[in-house]
Amino acid sequence: MTAQAAQATPASAATAPLLRVENIVKHFAVGAGLFGHATVHAVDGVNLAIKTGETLGLVGESGCGKSTLGRVIVQLQPATSGQVFFEDIELTKLRGEKLRRTRQRMQMIFQDPYASLNPRMVVGDIIAEPLRNFGIARGRTAEKRVQEVMRVCGLNPNFINRYPHEFSGGQRQRIGIARALVLNPSFIVADEPVSALDVSIQAQIVNLMEDLQDRFHLTYLFIAHDLSVVNHMSDRIAVMYLGKIVEVGTTAEVRDKPLHPYTKVLQSSVPIPDPDLEMSRRPILLKGEIPSPVNPPSACRFHTRCPIAQPICSEVEPPLEMKEGGHLAACHFAGKL
Amino acid sequence: MQFFGSGPTVTAVDGITFDVEKGETVGIVGESGSGKTMTALSLLRLIPDPGKITNGKILFGNRDVVHMSDDDIREFRGSDVAMIFQDPMTSLNPVLRVGFQIEEAMAAHRRFTSKQAHDRVVPMMQRVRIPGAAQRVRDYPHQFSGGMRQRVMIAMGLSNEPSLLIADEPTTALDVTVQASIIELLRDLNRELGAAVILITHNLAVVASLCQRVIVMYAGRIVEEGPTRAIFKNPQHPYTWSLLRSIPRVDERQHEKLISISGLPPDLSNPPPGCKFHPRCRFRIDKCFTQEPSLDDVGGGQNARCWVLMKNVPAEEKGVQ
Repeated sequence: MTAQAAQATPASAATAPLLRVENIVKHFAVGAGLFGHATVHAVDGVNLAIKTGETLGLVGESGCGKSTLGRVIVQLQPATSGQVFFEDIELTKLRGEKLRRTRQRMQMIFQDPYASLNPRMVVGDIIAEPLRNFGIARGRTAEKRVQEVMRVCGLNPNFINRYPHEFSGGQRQRIGIARALVLNPSFIVADEPVSALDVSIQAQIVNLMEDLQDRFHLTYLFIAHDLSVVNHMSDRIAVMYLGKIVEVGTTAEVRDKPLHPYTKVLQSSVPIPDPDLEMSRRPILLKGEIPSPVNPPSACRFHTRCPIAQPICSEVEPPLEMKEGGHLAACHFAGKL
Repeated sequence: MQFFGSGPTVTAVDGITFDVEKGETVGIVGESGSGKTMTALSLLRLIPDPGKITNGKILFGNRDVVHMSDDDIREFRGSDVAMIFQDPMTSLNPVLRVGFQIEEAMAAHRRFTSKQAHDRVVPMMQRVRIPGAAQRVRDYPHQFSGGMRQRVMIAMGLSNEPSLLIADEPTTALDVTVQASIIELLRDLNRELGAAVILITHNLAVVASLCQRVIVMYAGRIVEEGPTRAIFKNPQHPYTWSLLRSIPRVDERQHEKLISISGLPPDLSNPPPGCKFHPRCRFRIDKCFTQEPSLDDVGGGQNARCWVLMKNVPAEEKGVQ
């Protein structure tokens, strides 16, 4: 139905995608009770391509499936169906040792720098663990490598024997980044890497991630709920609503000419730190609440809340298709809001 | 306002002076540990143990909040001043119907008879735009979404017609589309009811959207305050200036590197000498290391606590592209 979306990267970019996601579905069974069990449709048929060296921002509200998609991409959770290709290797087919080896090149950074570091391990061991796991380095060589990535991530290498609790939130996030970087990955999924941090610290981490990208030619999938950070970080943006990608385009396209009504709503909801602008700007308010992913609405999943929904929207699902340039949207009335 | 624990005494809020006019919307911004929440809790004398207000005055009209009797403060909280918190789920009782909880908020005070209180519940829920209020009055908190629960809290807070509503990070736990609707609601209610609003937040953009005046806090002190427009257009304290340049904007067209503030906020049990921001300040001068500046009038209705002031920093030194 939306197979063309997979190839639909902007024509200008000749680079082959580093990562390709085809028709990924992830369902969770919940509440195995008296009346059987329900299924959460967390991710429902997603196609995406990420090019070498770019940052693809994935934005959506809580429960839209963006984190699940990130985890399925690095195979932390198996997909219910669909394929993930990384450097043309089909990850979803790999098992065991082969999968493990391939995964060296893809790493993840998590939201909560408090929960994602083992409190009983010293920082040096936390960062060195991937090296040991893959039998790449141990002892003095490992230590040298650890100190090197610590320095790169703005951590004092002399703190190698300290525990996570001795660091601030921002520094802990740097430890998480150092751990992801130690294996020299080419692709990093960053799941809300700055949203738990204070405002003044967020900029430090955003800048660090940009520097690291330049230095090590990293490709990022940057997952966040905050459209302003996504707008700042990304080359292209994908917008997700209730398990589906509803819009994909370059950052400029999505920012200046959002096609899907949901993208437009999201954009108008984010306040801008400029009182004059805010005075003349009102958010487009959505009716109702986000429907349950257990029983998502028929056809276009946004039709129950969409300000411009027509009868067709509840009957025929709009495919994610090319509207202009490389700009994709899944809407019967794209650009009409 | 200080905390006395087994360790060193922590001065969480130090010498804060501000006033809020009738019907005004004031934003208090700061990062975690800046003292913004403690300031708000002080206004209601709700500081948790082992905290104490060690000095200062809080006047509401001409009544002194610090020295009110227990009965008076109880009546004062919730009827003259209401407060809503970040997490509406933990502020509501999960086993009582929301209608009952709103009614109870009125019954606890003397402004309305029990008949009046009962009759006001549904209109209050309608006032905060809860759809189907007449039916939902019998629902329990878990049947409401996060945004609707926050509306219930606002309905409770406003049920006694307070003249001041303190909202502590009211939208932080909410999705951005829900945040937008709560901000709109607070704006409308401020206009309709004339209640003043103190909004406590870490989010400068929310302040720009809702507040007429801003107070910027750092390490338990006010470092800058003034009309929102002036503060955003012309910040004088290096902390405010840097903070405004450290946040990405959804309408940002050109990719400029964010200004990041190096280091961390100080440990309040052992604050640095001089200006509390000097260890992180890129515009500091010798004086900043030893002497703390006072909060002074810098023109334009603004006050700032800084020896340097951004208007005296040459453009090339600011390093803005």
